[in-house]
Amino acid sequence: MKASVRTYGKTRVSTLKINRMKPLRRFLDKIKPQFEKGGRFEKLHSVFDGFETFLYVPNTTSKNGVHIHDVIDLKRTMGTVVLALIPALLFGMYNAGYQHFESVGALADQGFFDIFWFGFLKVLPIVIVSYVVGLGIEFIFAQVRGHQINEGFLVSGMLIPLVMPVTVPLWMVAVSTAFAVIIGKEVFGGTGMNIFNPALMARAFLFFAYPSYMSGDQVWIAEKADAFSGATPLALGALGEPQAHSAMDMLIGFIPGSIGETSVIAILLGAFILLFTGIGSWRIMLSATIGGAVMGLLLNTFAVNPFMEIPWWQHLIMGGFAFGIVFMATDPVSASQTTKGKYIYGFLIGFLAILIRVVNPAYPEGVMLAILFMNVFAPLIDYYVVQGNIKKRMKRANVSANA
Amino acid sequence: MSKVVKIKKGLDIPLKGEAPKELRDMPETGRFAIKPPDFKGLDLKLKAKQDTEVKAGDVVMFDKKNNDIVLVAPVGGKVVDVNRGERRRILEVVIETSDPREVIKHQTKKLEEYTHDEIIQLLLESGLWPYIEMRPYGIVANPEDKPRDVFISSFETGPLAPDLDFAMANEKDDFFNGIKILSKLTDGEVFLGLKAGNPGFFEETPGVQKTYFSGPHPAGNVGIQIHHTKPLAKGEKVWTVHPQNVAMIGKLFEKGEVNFERVVALTGSHAPKRGYCKARIGTELLPCLKESGTSEKLRYISGNPLTGLQILRTGFLGFYDSQVTVIPEGDEYEFFGWAAPRFNQFSASKAYFSWLMPGKKYEISANLHGDERAFVVTGEYEKVFPMDVMPVQLLKAIMIEDIDEMEQLGIFEVVEEDMALCEYVCTSKIEVQNILRKGIDLMIKETM
Repeated sequence: MKASVRTYGKTRVSTLKINRMKPLRRFLDKIKPQFEKGGRFEKLHSVFDGFETFLYVPNTTSKNGVHIHDVIDLKRTMGTVVLALIPALLFGMYNAGYQHFESVGALADQGFFDIFWFGFLKVLPIVIVSYVVGLGIEFIFAQVRGHQINEGFLVSGMLIPLVMPVTVPLWMVAVSTAFAVIIGKEVFGGTGMNIFNPALMARAFLFFAYPSYMSGDQVWIAEKADAFSGATPLALGALGEPQAHSAMDMLIGFIPGSIGETSVIAILLGAFILLFTGIGSWRIMLSATIGGAVMGLLLNTFAVNPFMEIPWWQHLIMGGFAFGIVFMATDPVSASQTTKGKYIYGFLIGFLAILIRVVNPAYPEGVMLAILFMNVFAPLIDYYVVQGNIKKRMKRANVSANA
Repeated sequence: MSKVVKIKKGLDIPLKGEAPKELRDMPETGRFAIKPPDFKGLDLKLKAKQDTEVKAGDVVMFDKKNNDIVLVAPVGGKVVDVNRGERRRILEVVIETSDPREVIKHQTKKLEEYTHDEIIQLLLESGLWPYIEMRPYGIVANPEDKPRDVFISSFETGPLAPDLDFAMANEKDDFFNGIKILSKLTDGEVFLGLKAGNPGFFEETPGVQKTYFSGPHPAGNVGIQIHHTKPLAKGEKVWTVHPQNVAMIGKLFEKGEVNFERVVALTGSHAPKRGYCKARIGTELLPCLKESGTSEKLRYISGNPLTGLQILRTGFLGFYDSQVTVIPEGDEYEFFGWAAPRFNQFSASKAYFSWLMPGKKYEISANLHGDERAFVVTGEYEKVFPMDVMPVQLLKAIMIEDIDEMEQLGIFEVVEEDMALCEYVCTSKIEVQNILRKGIDLMIKETM
């Protein structure tokens, strides 16, 4: 050690850097054997491994195949998606406070931080419950299966709170998260194998199991004054009063709705991060937007009620549409996996979402159902795309056989 | 008018450590080795046992299925070591010699007078036959086949790949003669892939169908070129030969000489003395590598960092390789590496910041930068894989060993090097080349 301090220049800097990190590394190396096979905490191996690889990218090097690997890994990918969700989360917190104070008529008396703090205290417990329950189940499954803990839930755990009403009881968050992780994901084999988007499974579960906590005009505002109407634009639309919230309100997001879905601007910030890094599929986002617009135009053309008459583009900023297509439809595991398939998949999501929303007033949140529905059909779409590729190749074989 | 094919998908990994164009002789060594794992599709049996004396050109190993396919001793000397790995599979047959400059002589006649059978015969005898590879599957060709066509790519695009126009400057005529010989082995054509904009002397090659290719790696891979010129259909066979090996064949038939010498590029950020040097196939690389005056743990690769094989510092140059690469091993922990900005590390993804610094070159170690996971991210392989083959679907078909589907999805069009970039960019760190080779081995076992 002394020798390395005495040397100057580059060597010294790098030695110092290593030394600063070393106590933690030394500690991990020391306790590691206890978590390996035969150790005292063998049963916590997956958990230890999960934390260790979270703190340190492992020292594994390639054993065969390519000798060099890109620095990207699933932690970075999922971390980027979580980052993209932060604007929607922060806005959701602020809006939770804003809606509350507006409903009780005290908005003017509150400062920015008071409003945010109120919402923060309402939303944070939901986020914590979602992560604790979801990750807890993931840890157990990983250990039983002898797998490493997968990063997929980092995103699901953030998505689940953002698609909930702010008034949702915490035990419901826990139950629906458990349902989503176990039935939505683990029974299929864990991250990468699931058919449905886990976060939407959580929402759909609550929607059908406890409809009174998930719809109507009482659930979207925390500690709402009774007299104040807390209806979402979609609910109003279904009642035939679609213009109660202006387009500007819906774009900026100071309206009632699920925690993360109200501000299209915050969502677009996230969309920008996903599109720029290439982590979210632009094909799905684009085709879903087009699909929604086409259905909106069709409804305009054949409009027989006020909800069908609202300008087609307003559908794109209404309700959970933007949030759904940016963060849910683009989930690579439950979406179509082929390039051509993504266009079809996205288009149908947009198309069906607006159709369900407008034509079936019992389910104003059409996006959720449209995405879950298309999750089921994604493998079928892929099947036909793959068959197309195979046919082309087989044709080549026939041509050369006949030549 | 020649065709120009623009390859759009792919990736040139900005690695540090390109070899400067300076040619020098390699320090001499008396140790040479034949490495059976280099030869795909051959089931090799040892003929020259430990401690026997061999003359240059003597048979050291032969293929059990076709005894005519042989590997010969590049030099005369004594078999000093037979190194074995798992299940006693032979990894290296080491020969020590006192005359490392020996040249093997064969009887020759005029190029035009050779018949098809005579060519095959001489190629087999001389030990150069294994340089003729076959598609599908990238294995050593079967001398009884008549290939649809012969494909040669005249340039390499892999990371730090040698410039063949420079490396082969003295072998121009040998190359042309080799082409003449190869064109007699097929009823079809000899297709030559050229680098658009900078084809070098290869452009002057007579008697070939020329196609120009532009774009990033893997544009120089012969498999990609086949796919974009005259793709393989199920059941068809074509042969491929690396240009340096074409030149060796030309030299054999014109001058009757085999000396297994070629120009090899010594590359990589940690290579002691980068440059081009003349070396013989199978030569011990220690004299080149021992001067790497650093205490860092290094990885030595015979070949390029995507497809080469790891060797020891005392290892030997592979049979097909014209590049040796030295990079850091990188077996270190990185504190919160996945969350850090990593300004000094390259990523093809914009989730890091290397896109801000185009043109910058990076030291890249052998670290995996993560753990292996299930397939999650989609569309990632497709960006670096310029073929109308669905890479992920093909790999999944291989994983479940569905032979029909593997074939339908085009396993006969690809070999490991074509999909190596998929493995490089893979977020889930899946061993693409390993899986693909398992699939290919299964296909060979079931269908050939």
